[in-house]
Amino acid sequence: MSPDLKQLRGSAAIAGVATFGCGEAHGFTEMELLVRSAHAAVAEAGLKMSDIDGLCTASVGATMWSMPVIEYLGIRPTYIDGTMIGGASFIAHLLPAMHALQSGQCKAVLVCYGSTQRTSTHGRREVAQARRWMDPQPYETPYEPFNPPSAYALAASRHMHQYGTTRRDLAEVAVAARAWARLNPEAFMREPLSIDDVLAARMVSDPLSVRDCCLVTDGGGAYVLVHSDRAPDLRQKPVYVLGNATAVWNRQISSMDDLTVTAATQSGRDAYAMAGLGAKDIDVVQLYDAFTINTLLFLEDLGFCSKGEAGAFVRNGGIAPGGHLPVNTNGGGLSCVHPGMYGIFALIEAVRQLRGDCGDRQVPRAMTAIAHGNGGTLSSQSTAVLGLAETL
Amino acid sequence: MNPSQPMSVNRGALARHQAALAQGRFLIQKCNDCTRHIYYPREICPHCGSDAVELVEPTGTGTVYAVTNVRRKPAEGGDYNVSLIDLDEGPRLMSRVEKMAPDSVKIGQRVSARVVLTEGRGMVIFDPVPGGGAP
Repeated sequence: MSPDLKQLRGSAAIAGVATFGCGEAHGFTEMELLVRSAHAAVAEAGLKMSDIDGLCTASVGATMWSMPVIEYLGIRPTYIDGTMIGGASFIAHLLPAMHALQSGQCKAVLVCYGSTQRTSTHGRREVAQARRWMDPQPYETPYEPFNPPSAYALAASRHMHQYGTTRRDLAEVAVAARAWARLNPEAFMREPLSIDDVLAARMVSDPLSVRDCCLVTDGGGAYVLVHSDRAPDLRQKPVYVLGNATAVWNRQISSMDDLTVTAATQSGRDAYAMAGLGAKDIDVVQLYDAFTINTLLFLEDLGFCSKGEAGAFVRNGGIAPGGHLPVNTNGGGLSCVHPGMYGIFALIEAVRQLRGDCGDRQVPRAMTAIAHGNGGTLSSQSTAVLGLAETL
Repeated sequence: MNPSQPMSVNRGALARHQAALAQGRFLIQKCNDCTRHIYYPREICPHCGSDAVELVEPTGTGTVYAVTNVRRKPAEGGDYNVSLIDLDEGPRLMSRVEKMAPDSVKIGQRVSARVVLTEGRGMVIFDPVPGGGAP
């Protein structure tokens, strides 16, 4: 860890967060959901849109997405980051923005996203066809993996084979997420869900059933990042970025060295090193749960348990309300919201928990949080360690 | 194309590999610097960065590393297998194991490669090796 990077610890704070249109947003475009979220996050921070001089965004469809977003918002940013590494993007946007704030390149960075994946009139099948041309994977596509589920199913098969993890262990993750969602009025799916319900659900790509897969919803999310010198003067209790790191090892699941070990081992190690904290110091955990296997892999790779032991870790409600570690307290991508890319929503929930804004699902005395993003098919990983002023 | 660096071959690794496949030949790559095998074929070795890579014939045998049965309605063709296969030379690739029920393919199954030709394109698939069931 470079000493200069360590000096960035706590140098920036999240000053505003917002979501808009999570669930079903009939009649809205992706841009409109993004802009409503952005507007609300800026207002929550006590800023005006004209104060925003840094812009980070990414889109699954539009490769030059930062340009129409800047145009629509009517801003003239001096810092622009359109890094697109799938669902982890909006967590990976943190560290470069911290550099930009530290150097004075900009003063207030808006990170924003919107998706109408659920209600869009463009069929998912059509989009998948287009992506075959725009993002070719000539050594996987001919075998027709039903991706993303099949890639994660392959990883799950390997975890089960090596470590004796069971479908019941995977189901525990979905049931815990639902139990948290039942405490969150903004969650999309709030009906009771049992282990047996998950085990009996329609199979998609063995060993993953439809209840092992995330939701497909609409939704927008945004947050505002400012230099920590300025954060105490703004409207919200600041949430400081203590560490952030991003890692990519592969694009395709077939190019992954070990399907039970993700690049989160690298992003987690580096984010912890920057923060000077470890897993034992984290009070509340938000993990990108596109599939139930993700939560198991990231609990291990981020050091909450040893490799191979996540099945035992989540058993008997281990990560549900009242368990030994609060994980995905909004209900996660499995039960709260998952509009194409979920990372920004994991980060927003972490911020809300640290501020104490979470009502019935509030984790008492939470001072530190992890928000971990994943993208592609276990391809990109970005870990953020967040904390309140007391942790600086 | 930089004229000062004449091309030793007139096509990239992908086109040469696919052309061999279309003739029914399954090839992988070997790096002549670090001696490791490579799949999928590339212009440079992902292990050591060398461009001294060449297409070579593998033994064609391997082991199922990970497996999924993709569920599909019978009317659309029914379920099918997607597996990751570890070739005996080392590299891993995505493929399909045929000649056994898609839900009966297990990790550890020994398999052997076969090229199937469809509309002028070749595709590597795998069959179980007799007596090579998962231990």
